[in-house]
Amino acid sequence: MVCSVWCRIAVAFVVGVLAAGLSPGCLAADQPDHYGIRQVRVINERIAAGWKDAGLEPSPLATDGEWCRRVFLDLIGRVPTLTELQAFTVDSSASKKADLVARLLGDDYVDEYARNFTDVWTTVLIGRDATNANVNRSGMRQYLRRGFSKNIPYDRFMEELVTASGANTNRRGVAGFNGATNFLSGKMEEMGVANGVQATAKTAQVFLGLQVQCTQCHNHPFNKGKQNQFWEFNAFFRQTAALRRRDGTEDVQWIELVDQDFPGEGGDPEEAELYYELRNGLMKVAYPVFVDGTEVPTSGFLPGTMADGTPYGVNRRQELARLIKTSPLFPSAIANRMWSHFLGYGFTHPMDDVGDHNPPSHPELLESLAKAFQEQSYDLKELARWIVLSRPYALSSRTTPGNKSDDPALGERPKFTHFYLRQMQAEQLYESLLTATEVDETRVGEDAAKKKDRWLGQFVIAFGTDEGDDTTTFNGSIPQVLMMFNGDLVREATSTGKGGFLDKVASSGLSPTQKIDTLYLAALARKPSAKELKTANALLSARKGDVAGALQDVWWAVLNSNEFIINH
Amino acid sequence: MNLGFRPAALAGIPFGMSRRHFLSHLAGAAALAGPATSFTNSILANAADLKKRHKSAILLWMGGGPSTIDLWDLKPGSATGGPFKQIATTADGVAICEHLPLMAQQMHQMAIVRSMSTREADHMRGRYYMHTGYVPNPNVTHPSYGSVIAHELAHKVPHLEIPPFVSVGGGSEGPGFLGMTWAPFMVDSNGTVRDLEMGIDPARLAQRLEMLATVEQRFIGERRGGSPEDHAKVLEKTVRLMSSEQMKAFKVQEEPAEVRERYGNTGFGKGCLMARRLVELGVPFVEVDLGGWDHHANIFPTLADQKLPELDKAMSGLVSDLTERGLLDDTVVIWMGEFGRTPNINGGAGRDHWARGWSVVVGGGGFKRGTFVGETSADGKEVLSEPYTSQDLMASVLKALGIPLETTFTAKNGRPMKIANSGKVIKELFA
Repeated sequence: MVCSVWCRIAVAFVVGVLAAGLSPGCLAADQPDHYGIRQVRVINERIAAGWKDAGLEPSPLATDGEWCRRVFLDLIGRVPTLTELQAFTVDSSASKKADLVARLLGDDYVDEYARNFTDVWTTVLIGRDATNANVNRSGMRQYLRRGFSKNIPYDRFMEELVTASGANTNRRGVAGFNGATNFLSGKMEEMGVANGVQATAKTAQVFLGLQVQCTQCHNHPFNKGKQNQFWEFNAFFRQTAALRRRDGTEDVQWIELVDQDFPGEGGDPEEAELYYELRNGLMKVAYPVFVDGTEVPTSGFLPGTMADGTPYGVNRRQELARLIKTSPLFPSAIANRMWSHFLGYGFTHPMDDVGDHNPPSHPELLESLAKAFQEQSYDLKELARWIVLSRPYALSSRTTPGNKSDDPALGERPKFTHFYLRQMQAEQLYESLLTATEVDETRVGEDAAKKKDRWLGQFVIAFGTDEGDDTTTFNGSIPQVLMMFNGDLVREATSTGKGGFLDKVASSGLSPTQKIDTLYLAALARKPSAKELKTANALLSARKGDVAGALQDVWWAVLNSNEFIINH
Repeated sequence: MNLGFRPAALAGIPFGMSRRHFLSHLAGAAALAGPATSFTNSILANAADLKKRHKSAILLWMGGGPSTIDLWDLKPGSATGGPFKQIATTADGVAICEHLPLMAQQMHQMAIVRSMSTREADHMRGRYYMHTGYVPNPNVTHPSYGSVIAHELAHKVPHLEIPPFVSVGGGSEGPGFLGMTWAPFMVDSNGTVRDLEMGIDPARLAQRLEMLATVEQRFIGERRGGSPEDHAKVLEKTVRLMSSEQMKAFKVQEEPAEVRERYGNTGFGKGCLMARRLVELGVPFVEVDLGGWDHHANIFPTLADQKLPELDKAMSGLVSDLTERGLLDDTVVIWMGEFGRTPNINGGAGRDHWARGWSVVVGGGGFKRGTFVGETSADGKEVLSEPYTSQDLMASVLKALGIPLETTFTAKNGRPMKIANSGKVIKELFA
């Protein structure tokens, strides 16, 4: 019953949001600002210590509307609906923020949480370019979605991705589907050479925060990375093959990622070695050695038992996952990544390039978060909770004279004295437009996913290298503005068709001002200023009684604004 | 067709709003500093400006790292030489690959630099370095060729309503600290610009834009950092572009068939033709992307049968067309990738990444024609003459365009940055 839902919203809206207003958030005096959570307190203390050292003053807290919009965007990948916004702003309890975060991380929003982090991690693990035939994006997403729905511990997540074997595509007639294989299925070969080079680089980058791709060919010019370390890490992937499978026809295929014995390039599978070339043309040998120098048995055989019961062999990828899990870089890399996700900048920049050449801005805090995350059984939702309930996350993005100099865009190390602006990701924009225009219920299932994929695909620019590097035109440049001005999605979102969002607002019993308020709240989580109201009213009279038409103009303008697309 | 967002259409709209009025609302005074945005003025200026000479550059970007030892600096008879023969060209003493016969007829207009020696042999690092003259740095993002040159030359083409930096068929590199105003405008090789039309009455569009300007300005006024204002500046450029007749320059299909044939019916060919049309209009910088040079395996048939014929046709078409139209004297052409490829041929009959000694090709503008610079060893591995870097090449390109090398930018952190990273001009490229 669309109408009754709308009427309910409209009534609630009038008595709720309009009455409550959207004042700057403040905490009741008796409520400590760490909600009784130790890690939140640690964050607040460490970050405040950084302010003091730098002689900076933090900005005041963001308004309730701003904070609510922010936490919806970062946790579930879309702006809040009017109802959700109102529920938060009328709530006067001291624990309202912790309560909202608990809801967003709880059962009510489990699908949306999973969708958001599936979007985020799909990009992390396989990029945005959909042209790699050895990757099945849908399979990757199925794995991620299930994982984030169940909130599987991050150490298990890593292990499943690094050691995955099976078919990468979930389709009829294909046995042994394992969507996790898509992390590596497209990274085992370069131009037909099965060398696992990209698997090496990406695994080190994602799970250890190490950029090793340069050391494939030479010692790193400015960090400690050595060429032998690259190939010793690479040796862990030499028992792995991405096999092309067909089901009878020529063109239908999928990838089966398998573990198989590695005979070694020197002819002795007990000492299964690989060779790599130095810059001077000399060949050198490498066996599996982890980045901290830990060696594993050199056998290329997978584990088995001889007739006399003696075990032999080793599974190199399982050894790798075990070593990653014990590395202090592992929890630290994810703490840095998650901090960067929520605060806009990591403790290092880039957040997945750590080492002596790029020391973190808040080393003790990073270590503390990493350790607590590990002690908290690698629970990603807990890590997210600590960060979004912290004071730096709650600060306004408006700068003050006391912190204007804290601008990482200028190359300064971030002090987190105010919330750093960032443009929404394309996925967040897409979901937000669906939410703001209440069309989400009509888009479900695989068709919806494909529609979204096609829309996202328009922004991808591949770089023409065989490492699958890509970039996006969804970067605040002209094509993005054109898409927002005139593209199909915005056309749909601003349609005045019967039963659509604008039609419902136009035909509701709200006053003209309340109608405009509604649009502002739905898109920007705030009410219009007097000046904006005046311009909007001028549009109303210019449309000569066509209320839906005038609202369409306002709605178009609001959706196209910097304020809408920038997470602030 | 575009929206017909013309002054006449705006004259009668409510709120008494002109295009200029809108633009001033939209971007604030700071964004408007610079060329006059009055639509009428720019139309009057149009005819005169178009006849004036203006400088431009076209970068032919070979993504993936082309094997220059097989194209421009062959080593026949050497173990590293590969199967290709070299052929004489229209430039005295300059021989190039047998699979570039059309370019061989244009080499009197070009110069090969055979002594590039760089250190970045990773794709992303290499493309950043070759585009900016700087190695990647975690604390600052540097502007690329297109952004630098557009920034320096755009004020000389005030009639230009389309972006001064166009990237065809690829992503190029960004504007770094110069800001999104100088970002590449990316189009595919068919010149398709998506979502160009709104399909509503221009007067109503203007009213929408005024509403939008009100929201934009409020947010900018709240001092939340630089990105809200950048957004407004890009809005302004987008509106200018939507209303411009100059968008025709992207329509390569409007060229006569014999001209299109000259460039070849390939994506890269169309891109090169579009570059000529854009340069004719006054666009200061066009990058045309030809990817797929990352030949770690099976390199020779791929080059001979696919890459080189496409390159040869398009590049020779561009150089000869620019020459015949009298544009080459004011248009610098640069051909390069992020690095070269190993002289050693690997086990998969491919070549890997090699930055220590490789070649680029330049021509036009103030460059000396029909020559080559530098020398590599008999196996192609080492540069024997004075080695040149990305910053040296960039300095030379800027000199050939008449851009002063004393130009200094201020990065966002207030640090001064010399244009082209203080590279030294490659003297042999100038007469």
